[in-house]
Amino acid sequence: MLSAEEWSIVLLSLRVGGVAVLAVLPLAFGLAWLLARTRFPGKLLLDALVHLPLVVPPVVTGWILLLAFAPAGPIGGLIERWFGATVLFRWSGAAIASAVMALPLMVRAIRLSLEAVDRRLEQAARSLGAGPWRTFATVTLPLALPGVLAGLVLGFARALGEFGATITFVSNVPGETQTLPLAIYSALQLPGGEGQVLRLSALSVAIALVALLGSEMVARRAGRGTHVL
Amino acid sequence: MSFDIDVRRRLGETEIACRIEPGAGVTVLFGPSGAGKTSVLNMVAGLLRPERGHVRVGERTLFDAAAHIDLPPEARRAGYVFQEPRLFPHLRVRANLLYGHRKGAVSDVDGVIGLLGIAPLLDRWPRTLSGGEAKRVAIGRALLADPAFLLLDEPLASLDRPRREEILRLLERLRDRSGLPILLVTHDRSEAERLGDRIVAFG
Repeated sequence: MLSAEEWSIVLLSLRVGGVAVLAVLPLAFGLAWLLARTRFPGKLLLDALVHLPLVVPPVVTGWILLLAFAPAGPIGGLIERWFGATVLFRWSGAAIASAVMALPLMVRAIRLSLEAVDRRLEQAARSLGAGPWRTFATVTLPLALPGVLAGLVLGFARALGEFGATITFVSNVPGETQTLPLAIYSALQLPGGEGQVLRLSALSVAIALVALLGSEMVARRAGRGTHVL
Repeated sequence: MSFDIDVRRRLGETEIACRIEPGAGVTVLFGPSGAGKTSVLNMVAGLLRPERGHVRVGERTLFDAAAHIDLPPEARRAGYVFQEPRLFPHLRVRANLLYGHRKGAVSDVDGVIGLLGIAPLLDRWPRTLSGGEAKRVAIGRALLADPAFLLLDEPLASLDRPRREEILRLLERLRDRSGLPILLVTHDRSEAERLGDRIVAFG
């Protein structure tokens, strides 16, 4: 079956994708909330900025990340000064690239589910004595949960498939930034690499399928009738 | 204990103004659909902010524009039964009923469930309830939140005739037993006359 090297590629991909979506989830939820529930000047611009990674060529996104996170760049400089570290050529950098690419899909899914929550139910909760936080935790969040799960799954799938931004930003370093798509790409360049290409491709499909089915089952249990798929 | 309400608010093209003098028992706000009766209830419940005026219930001031008093809805202790049941779809009937119920509160859970005849519904999901059942659960949920007054928005709307009679009798029992001030909105004259101790024409 899989060689030790191939297993480490799979585990690295799961770690990069998992860390990326979980770390970016609070930001995605906050942005979705702003876009769904508030009005402010510049909202349209924020909406466009959030969606930018969806439409800009991933290579360009990777290059912008490279500029920002390079040791001399605005964000990379801070990381260097505070932690004495860099994310370039590291799995953490691959996670950042994946997170940026996953963000628009997550924001979209969560925003749609927040917009679908009946505000009249929140009013009912308030009139029954629940403050804004309890209303959020007991009414808004549970009703929006299928959308949040859908956002996580979509984001995770996008993160697993991330190629262009990752290879531009943190290169293709085996054991550090070489996730499944990058490994498949490398194997394609090698004579006799077809077997590895086949195994890794099949694994990619299997992981995506398990994630979709798993989230669907959780959503069915949590949402009673609402679902992701 | 009674309502003392004088509120004003412009909503789009219509100016909603309502004045209710203190008086005992059930006050019926009677008027045609679309006149803004629900908006008045929302202003009393704190879900809509009046531009001017005041809302007092008994000794408590819930809103006073001049004195800059504006209690949030959760602090007003309104037992608000909306026109639609607005049951929480992700909670079973039991959890819906107990949503606003605090431990140690005076309201008697078994008594309310018995009064409304909803004991067999406790483990059901809201979407499986009929209109009349959902209405009774919504009334029970409001009563169990230990309200200081009741707001009933078209309590008989969208119910068939036998259900109407059933809820009507229930409301009469509620009026006679609970002793809470009740503000009821309706466009139906016979309903207004049967339930109301006094009728305020509106719109």
